[in-house]
This record gives sequence, C-alpha cells and structure tokens, in this order.
Amino acid sequence: MAALASTDRLARTSSAHRTSSATGRPGATWALPGLLFFLLFAVVPMAAVAYLSFTDWDGLGTPRLNGGANWSRLVHDPAIVHATVVTFVLLIGNIVVQAPIAILLGVWSAGPERNRAALSTIFFVPLLLSTAATAVMWRQLLDPNFGVPATLPWLFGGDGNFVGTSNGAIVCLVAVTSWQFIPFHTLLFQASARAIPVTLYQAAEIDGAGRFRQFRSITLPQLRNTIITSSTLMVVGGLTAFDIVLVLTNGGPGTDTATLPFRMYQEGFSSYDMGYASAIAVVLLALSTGISLLLVRVTGYDKMQSTLEGL
Amino acid sequence: MKRVIGALAAAGLAVVLAGCGGGSAGTAAEPVHFWTLKDPTNEVQQAGIDTLNKTAATKVVMDVVPSDGYLDKLRTAMGSNRMPGMFFSWGGGPMREYATNKKIVDVATLPGGKDVASHFLPAVLKVGQTSDGTLVGVPSRGTQPVFVFYNKKVFAGAGVQPPKTWSDVQSLIATFKGKSITPFALAGQGGNEWTELMWLEYLTDRLGGPAVFERIQSGDSSGWNDPAVRQAAEMIKTMVDSGAFGTKFGSVAYGAGGSSTLLSSGKAAMQLMGSWEYAVQQGTSADFAKNGLGYVPFPTVDGGKGDPKNVVGNPSNYVSVTTTADPAAAGGYLQSLYSDDYINGLVKMGEVPVTSNAKAALAAAPDPAYATFQFDLVQQAPAFTQSWDQALGFKIATPLLAELQKLFNGQQTPEQFVAAAAALK
Repeated sequence: MAALASTDRLARTSSAHRTSSATGRPGATWALPGLLFFLLFAVVPMAAVAYLSFTDWDGLGTPRLNGGANWSRLVHDPAIVHATVVTFVLLIGNIVVQAPIAILLGVWSAGPERNRAALSTIFFVPLLLSTAATAVMWRQLLDPNFGVPATLPWLFGGDGNFVGTSNGAIVCLVAVTSWQFIPFHTLLFQASARAIPVTLYQAAEIDGAGRFRQFRSITLPQLRNTIITSSTLMVVGGLTAFDIVLVLTNGGPGTDTATLPFRMYQEGFSSYDMGYASAIAVVLLALSTGISLLLVRVTGYDKMQSTLEGL
Repeated sequence: MKRVIGALAAAGLAVVLAGCGGGSAGTAAEPVHFWTLKDPTNEVQQAGIDTLNKTAATKVVMDVVPSDGYLDKLRTAMGSNRMPGMFFSWGGGPMREYATNKKIVDVATLPGGKDVASHFLPAVLKVGQTSDGTLVGVPSRGTQPVFVFYNKKVFAGAGVQPPKTWSDVQSLIATFKGKSITPFALAGQGGNEWTELMWLEYLTDRLGGPAVFERIQSGDSSGWNDPAVRQAAEMIKTMVDSGAFGTKFGSVAYGAGGSSTLLSSGKAAMQLMGSWEYAVQQGTSADFAKNGLGYVPFPTVDGGKGDPKNVVGNPSNYVSVTTTADPAAAGGYLQSLYSDDYINGLVKMGEVPVTSNAKAALAAAPDPAYATFQFDLVQQAPAFTQSWDQALGFKIATPLLAELQKLFNGQQTPEQFVAAAAALK
C-alpha cells in the first residue's frame, strides 16, 4: 500500500512538472483582472465607507466631514455594546449547535449504504432555500396565534409566544440558522470524511480499536482542516448574518436581537444616517477580518499541513 | 470579465445619459416619469394620465413601484441623478427633506399651479407644505384617518356597546378578558411599531391637544417632556399591564394573517387602525367588511385638553414635482388631481377624496355609509395630526419607534420612554 501511495505521489509530481514546463509560469499580468475586480468592488467601497464614517450624510445632500463625531458616539452608544454582545451570543450559539451535529451527520452520511445517501439528500433540502424564504416560513410556523404554538400549546408552554420573548427569540434565531446551514457544513464533512483512507480504519480494527476510539483517534484528527474551514465560515457568516434577523424577529422583541449588521442597516436605511452606519460597517469589517486572521493563525491553517503526512 | 466591463460601460453611459436628460428638462419632449405606489387606485391614476397625454406636448409616464420599501427606493433615487419627475409620498417630514435639499419645487411656480391649493381642504393641505407654508405636495388620494374598528358579532355576543369614553374602554377590557377574548388586537412585531404609535398619538392629542406634537415636530425635543406625553405613556403601560392587548402582541404583524385576522375571527374584539383596515378585511371577506366590521371615533378622555373631535392618521397622499420635470406637464397633471373624473374614480375605489367638491361624489362609493363616516370625521375635525413617524422624518422616527416598542413590551418605564424620546436628535 505504501508503495502504491508513493508511486501515486511520484506520478502526480511528474505530471505537475510537465504542465508547468509546457505553459510557463503565469506572469503578474495574469492576476490583473482579478486584482482590478477586487480593487473596484472591494477596496474602493471599503475606502469610501471608511471616509463616510467621518462624515454626516443623509444620502441626499453632499457628505459633510464632522471629525470623529460618529466614532465618539459609537464608543459611548450602549446600543452598540448590546448589539455586539447579541452578535457574539448568536455566533457562539450557532457554532456550538451546528459544528457537532454537522460533524456527526457528515461522518454518518459518508458511509456507502443506500439509505444514507437517500436520507442525506433529504437533509440537504434546507440548503436549497433562500434565507429570506426560510425565515418567512419559520416566522409563520412560530406565530403564536396562527402557527404551531396555537395548535400544539403543550410544545411551547405558556401562551405560546416563544419567539416574542428575549431568550426565545435568540433560541429561534440559532435554531433556524442551524436548520438552514447544518446541511452545508454536513456536506463539507461528508466530502472530507470520504477522503479519509480506508486503510487507517482497517489498521485500527486489526489493533482492536472500537467505533468510538476510531472516531476519536482517526476521524476527528483527519477532519481537522475541514473543522477549521467550517468554523471560519461560521464565524464570518455569523458576524454578517442579517437577513434572518430582519425577517424572523426584526431585531425584536424591542431591540433584544438587534445584531451589529442589523443596527448598521437600521442606521443606514431606516434613519438615513449614512455616516454612523458606515462607522458600524468599519467596526464589523475590522472584527470579521481580525477574527478570521486570528483563527487561521491560532489553528496553523495558513501552513496548510496535510493530515495525510506519512501515509 | 468582458461582461462586467460591458455592464460597467453601460452603467456609465446610463449615468451620462441621465445627466443629459436632467440638463435638458423643460425643453425636450422627454416624458415626465411619475413614481407611484402599487395599489388598486393605479387604474384611476392611469386614466387621468391617459386623458392628459392626449393633448399634452410632454407626456407623463407612470412607474408603478411595489409598496415594500417604497420610501427607501424613492429616497435612493432622489439621492442619485436619476430622480423621477414626480412622485407619490405621504408628505410630511421626508417630503420636507427633499424640499430643504432643493430637489422638489414650489407648486405655485408651475404653470397653473397658483390655483391648485384652493381646491383642497386646508387641514389636509398642511401636510403638503413646508414649515414656511410653501406648497410642495398636492393631495392625490383619499384621506386615511385612524379610528376604532370592532367586531360587531363579538360585541353582540358580550351584550356591550362600542366605547365612547375612556372609562368605557376600561370596562370593555375587563369584560372581554373575562371571556378570553383579546380586547384590542395590536401588531407589536418589529417593523409594525407604527400601529403602537397610533395609541400614543391619539392619547397625547386627547390629553394635551395638537399643540404638543406641533412643538415636537418643529424641532423642539423638550416637547417630549410635556405632561401629556408622559401621561399618555403611563396610560399605555396601564393598558398593557391590564391585558388590553393580550400577551402575544409582540409576535403579531399587521394585516391579514395577523392582527386583522384576530379581529375578524373574533379572537380580538377591537383594533385601533387606519381607514385602510376596511380594504384589508374586504380582501379576505367582503361580507365581514360590509356587515361584521363596526367603526367608531377614538373615545374621549376625561379631563383632556384636546378637542375630542380631533383625528390623527394620514391626511392624504401627496404628489411632489422634482426639479427635473417639465413644468408644463407637471402643472397639468396636478390640476387633473381635482377633476371630476379623478374624484369619481377614487370614490368608486372606496377612497374618500379631500377636495372641496368631494362630499357630493361619496354617494357613489361602494359603502357610502363608511365613506361618509370618514369624510365627516375629517371635515369636522379642528385638527388632523399626521402620523408622527411620517411627520418627523426617518432620523427621529426610527429610533422613536424602537423606544416605543420597548414601552409596550414592558422593557422600559413611561419615564424612561419620555427621557429616551427627548434625547433623540
């Protein structure tokens, strides 16, 4: 087996070598279209937002520089502190709920049996729906007067107004987001689990390792890079999640589920205070860039170590 | 990439073209685009435009925009160089902002525009004017006062009469609670706070008269500290605590499938709502709208300084003319807004027009009793206060609604609400 693997690797290197010698290494100009695109649609707007965060602009007249007024307001705004807390509560809640379920489902669905294939197809259905449609559907299902709580009062307890309470709304947001995105992460883990060499399990079985031991000592370490990818996606996605909050709770009850992106939207497109909204946008940008950089650093993902080293 | 460059080039071209259009307006035969909200009265508007276009040198084209986020879309267009020539709005604060930014014109400067104002009820015209009395919006639709709707069957079942005074309201709350019926349907879900605002508007007006809000609207934020506002907030808290709105209102949205269905299904007895509630009920059950739906003015409040005949709501909708429109065409269109054809068309749609010649036309309304009730309510009202969120403009209205929702949810006290509102700038 080891011999087979090494010839395989040899074959790969030689073919890679052939391709590169045939076409030559691409010059810097090849990156130009992508770079221009990135400049025009990412860097320029980001710079504009950074500039707007120092202005007073209602979207109608011309932006007027107002020094650091937006920023000093932002630092002292209790609503922003609250929104940051809510954003992180949702973020952590989503990871804690989604990651274990997605890993278990992914590993389970990686098996070759027919029923697993059929069931995982059903699991993937929520992934096909748009977030807005999902949120509208769940809002109707959770409606205390006309939805499920009205028909099955014992399920939700009290008066059935689960989504209308502070904690209930957070639970609903996590539950609905998880319902929608677990299939996506399951898909990642399924693909990754299928790539784990069977020989590892065969060897473990010979050594007398049980199912749980195999999962802990082989599957989980082998899924390491995918776990990092998946949690980075969850973190960045969670920080910018907005549509589901807008449709499902509209930041309510009161402002209890108003996340940072939702605040940004409200300041920008309900109050038309573009300057302040831009300041929030800059904070969000810095937060998500910082956290994903940190994740990549801490986990050593940037070194791209193979989990198949020595095989 | 090629496609992107193409798209960019096209966008650039469009901007250049729009620039040209703006510059040459008034001379070329470029049509005047009129943005309006998508609703059943579009038919009447289109008929009026068709008549006009038969003879006019410059045509008017109606662009029907879906109602979701209409004001936001308008706002974005008005901030760009592709402004519509004329647009429909609720008047008040947002419209005045366009006037301050010199995006819309004084109606009196348009050909035939001087005469326009004299054809409308003065109380309604006020919302189309800037603070110095310049007319920048002309009423184009029916009036939409807010009043109390009730379910006749539920009232008959309980053997009670609709409320006339505030003590009636209190005893009705107790009666319906005893029967496990929500006394008042209320849409308190995020985004529906404007239904909660109606309570504050009416109670403030009944307690302190229209002057209280006029002071706030003029930009004096200390007006929030008026005892009338605070007392209104306290009455709201008492209502919430006594179960007037039930316990689930925080998850109820306005409309069919929400608060209106609670009312029509008898799960709730009453709802404080604008006159459009009739049309909403009609959409689900024409029979309920005609026979099951009752309506009375907002009850009187003992000891209040406000005239019990005052109303709040949307006085009308308004058409404004932007600086890009051909003045002759725009002036012509504004004059058609009080023509007999237009008024009769609106009445047939169930609207209650606000022109001085409207009363006679109301006999042709689908439900003449309902139309006359509204017309009399508005005509006899010494003051018609525009919905506060419409009057104040986005920057104050948005956080105000959020604070109000917290008051209804019991997340802050009346004192905290007043302090938070007074702090808004």
